[in-house]
Amino acid sequence: MLESLRIVTDPLVDKNPVTVHILGICSALAVTTSVATALTLSLALIVVLTLAAGIISLIRHHVPSAIRLIVQITIIASLVVVADQLLQAFAYEMSQRLSVFVSLIATNCIVLGRTEAFALQNRPVPSMLDALGNGAGYALVLLVVASIRELFGSGTLLALPVLPLVADGGWYEPMRLMLLAPSAFIILGLLVWAIRSLRPGQQETPEFSPLAQPRQVQP
Amino acid sequence: MIELFQRSIFEENLALSFFLGMCTYLAVSRRIDTAIGVGIALIIVQGISVPLNHLLYQHLLRADALGWLGLPGTDLRFMRLITFIGIVAALVQLLEMLLDRYVPALHRALGIYLPLLAINCAIIGGSLFMAERQYDLAESAVFAIGSGVGWALAIVTLAALRERLRYADVPRGLEGLGMAFIVTGLIAMGFSAFAGVRAI
Repeated sequence: MLESLRIVTDPLVDKNPVTVHILGICSALAVTTSVATALTLSLALIVVLTLAAGIISLIRHHVPSAIRLIVQITIIASLVVVADQLLQAFAYEMSQRLSVFVSLIATNCIVLGRTEAFALQNRPVPSMLDALGNGAGYALVLLVVASIRELFGSGTLLALPVLPLVADGGWYEPMRLMLLAPSAFIILGLLVWAIRSLRPGQQETPEFSPLAQPRQVQP
Repeated sequence: MIELFQRSIFEENLALSFFLGMCTYLAVSRRIDTAIGVGIALIIVQGISVPLNHLLYQHLLRADALGWLGLPGTDLRFMRLITFIGIVAALVQLLEMLLDRYVPALHRALGIYLPLLAINCAIIGGSLFMAERQYDLAESAVFAIGSGVGWALAIVTLAALRERLRYADVPRGLEGLGMAFIVTGLIAMGFSAFAGVRAI
């Protein structure tokens, strides 16, 4: 029990797929201008990832290793198409706002990375738990970035007003930069910095460390 | 056309304003020569795959596209993702074999980067944008080359900056990935400054 709990909770911070392994940033940041879109995309990703890991783990003994990538991609892409069609059927406006990014879950490195690295070697239940944990870790990063961008960019959270805007007679002047692409990169960079300050084990070693003692310069 | 070309390089840069191809973008931007190799490989693959996917989409997948086969009323648009992924993967494989056979020098230079592009969000994303924005064949070719050049420009810029940053004294936690993100954010700001510029 403890073992499976650890599989789920490890990827949240300590082995977070986004901030540690640099997986799945493609398509992750473009939907973070509001919490609602980020939440929808995260849910879609978690569902696709968990189902894909389960299916691939079930058939792992029957797939020749030469064609395993093609099999995995086909399964993942089919699940993504189903998710996309479901979104278009039941949440049409949301699927318009997400535009091509639901389809791009198929090329998201997290999905292929987890199925290749974990689901091909493990039994279905641990694979699905691992997929759930990694999906949740990805969702966590996405939601943190999206909350910061939506709160400071338009003064709302999940479209509910939090900071009263100047335009509506309040005091908050929205930061337009937060709604533009560069802010997502910078917020994610600062987030990585914060996590690595709390978890020094994740820090990368500099390629050229400064000399321990300043050299004596001849006058 | 020129406006579309310019917009796809700067204003709607795939890497910097749509965050596509980020994994490759961050992973191979440590050295400037590898960045140039990946950039050129991406321009080639993008330039071939988007027009090819456009033809397939127009003549096989679009609503009522199978009329010439005597099958009116079909709508295979939901198949576009799987088709594009298959086409790009096959194209990359074919390109690798052709280069190996006829231009071995180029294959040695670009060969190791081509497989990276088989499942690259920038390439699949380019094809999906082409289908969604309903470009015609000429427009999709211009968009493909433009977005490829834009992505290559972004990765070469980042690689050049990161080569210099290796000697910089960066705070411990920010070393590597964190700094790469912040630098990318600054590059994205620079690119978005081209937003209002219009070619006459």
